[in-house]
Amino acid sequence: MIRFAWIRFRAQAAVGAGVLAIAAIVLLVTGIQLARAYDAAAAVCKQQGNCAGLFNAFLTQGYFTAGKLLGAAGLAVPGLIGMFWGAPLVARELETGTFRLAWTQGVTRTRWLAAKLAIAGVAAIAAGELFTLMVNWWSSPIHKANAGYTAFTSGSFHSGVAPAGYAAFAFALGVTAGLLIRRTLPAMAVTLAVFTAVIIAFPIWVRPHLIPPARTTSALSLASLAVTGSTSDGHLLLTTHTATGLPGAWVISSQVTTPDGRAASSEPAGPCGTSSASAQACNDYIESLHLRQTVTYQPASRYWAFQWIETAVYLALALALAGFCFWWINRNRSTELNIRRPRTRQPAPAL
Amino acid sequence: MNTVIEASGLGKRYGRRWALADCTLAVPAGRVTGLVGPNGAGKSTLLQLAAGLLEPDSGGIRVLGKPPARTPAQLGRVGFLAQDAPVYAGLSVAGHLRMGAWLNHGWDTEFAKRRISDLGLNLQQRAGSLSGGQRAQLALTLATAKRPELLLLDEPVASLDPLARREFLRDLMETVAEQQVSVVLSSHLIADIERVCDYLIVLTASRVRLAGETEALLATHHRLSGPRRDPRTLRASWEVIEESHVGKQSTLLVRTSEPVLDPAWTVRPVSLEDLVLAYMSQPGDAARADLTGLEIAS
Repeated sequence: MIRFAWIRFRAQAAVGAGVLAIAAIVLLVTGIQLARAYDAAAAVCKQQGNCAGLFNAFLTQGYFTAGKLLGAAGLAVPGLIGMFWGAPLVARELETGTFRLAWTQGVTRTRWLAAKLAIAGVAAIAAGELFTLMVNWWSSPIHKANAGYTAFTSGSFHSGVAPAGYAAFAFALGVTAGLLIRRTLPAMAVTLAVFTAVIIAFPIWVRPHLIPPARTTSALSLASLAVTGSTSDGHLLLTTHTATGLPGAWVISSQVTTPDGRAASSEPAGPCGTSSASAQACNDYIESLHLRQTVTYQPASRYWAFQWIETAVYLALALALAGFCFWWINRNRSTELNIRRPRTRQPAPAL
Repeated sequence: MNTVIEASGLGKRYGRRWALADCTLAVPAGRVTGLVGPNGAGKSTLLQLAAGLLEPDSGGIRVLGKPPARTPAQLGRVGFLAQDAPVYAGLSVAGHLRMGAWLNHGWDTEFAKRRISDLGLNLQQRAGSLSGGQRAQLALTLATAKRPELLLLDEPVASLDPLARREFLRDLMETVAEQQVSVVLSSHLIADIERVCDYLIVLTASRVRLAGETEALLATHHRLSGPRRDPRTLRASWEVIEESHVGKQSTLLVRTSEPVLDPAWTVRPVSLEDLVLAYMSQPGDAARADLTGLEIAS
């Protein structure tokens, strides 16, 4: 059955491999240009002893925008895999009626599905991870130039192993949608919609809780203040820089409080609220309040722990969906699988 | 009687509509059985239940003595040709034969190759570009080359033109003779049934109206016409299937194993088509259905 599953999947695999190959060529050519541009700029800035402007040089050349787009593409690839490899896997057989041919051969449905899932599933994971590695290689000069860069943010992981998990999940999602909806096109649409929703919702509601965040409280230094002012009702308004003392960390929240634990915004604005007062007066006023800053964050050292946990979660989801498919295909040998029922019953026998 | 399919109280529901309800029947082994009935009688549902593509919602069905399609061995014993003969459009004829060889333990490569070359099919041609007749032949090759003990054919010729239909049925008969396989073939075309089947089951609204060997059925049914008679005065051993009384004339379709000797009746043989139509147009009669059900089960 594994050989036949491969024969059925061959054409789609070829298209996927072609797309990946084109992407690889484009990334290789532009990636080499990018690496050369980085080397040249780095040589110049080292001579001058000032490399602060290095990142801005790439920014103006459009590489940075291209890198951001590629990051988004890294998330789109699993979605496309789910749509074009996952959704048609079973749906097309149900749609064209060939399941009646397949399921009356000398293999059980369980083996039939297992072989199809194994062949296309492995290809999906490999393709998802391969594209991620290519994008990662391409954008490494930009990351090197950008001193503040961290892959560990609230956004979805574009690098590491997590995209392999995304691909496995999107693929299983497509197969499940195809099995339940029984039509290829609607199954593709549902796959895209659900995958997009999950990939957006996960970093917001799930990822921050994968490991309990660390918390640090320190006296507020004036250097970490970005904006000072007053709210419309005369209270103190403070905005802090992202935690400067925590390089590479994923800062979840940052709160400024008074020594007795109340929010700083409950204090009157004082001299910070009046335009006539000097900046010095405002700073003196803030210092007199003895404010404290509490940062909730995930340390940079946890990056790979997060990668592996997130990958495991997505793989578990994929396995759960696959398990559901096995259960459904054996339980529901029924009803609407028989799509072509005549709707009207003729009163007289058609002879 | 050895049976290949035994169903009792078998039912299958699509949503709220019962496509097959409380169906009890037995199909004999070693025969080419024609399953005939109007559209919606449940023929296709019955065959798909026997092939294990559907699971019953009530009652039970045993095929070759076992529940359908549970194991690879059982799947290998039953060949199934679905309505409209589905094949993989993008896969070549040779690809389909490879599929058959990979997925079936009892696959007969020689037989399959010989059949395809006898049919004149091009091995490299994609199944999607075959004609309807060729596609049906390819699907029949797949169903027979696995060397099944039972071959289920769901309306195999419904979509074929008359010539392709004749060729398909002739070819089917040759294969059946060669392999000595039991066959159940559904159709709403009695001419096809008459050509190939030696056993007949008439199914109307899930009920077996009539079951028996084709020749015996034809030999025991007679069309009688004569002077008008009160049906109650007829011989007790006659079963009147159909009657019409016009003016002074009575015309009857009777079932009896005795010869009709009364010279008042003009006796004519009955065609299979007339016979089937007469049974199908009978009003729903549970008692008779049960009677025929018992008859075939004995």
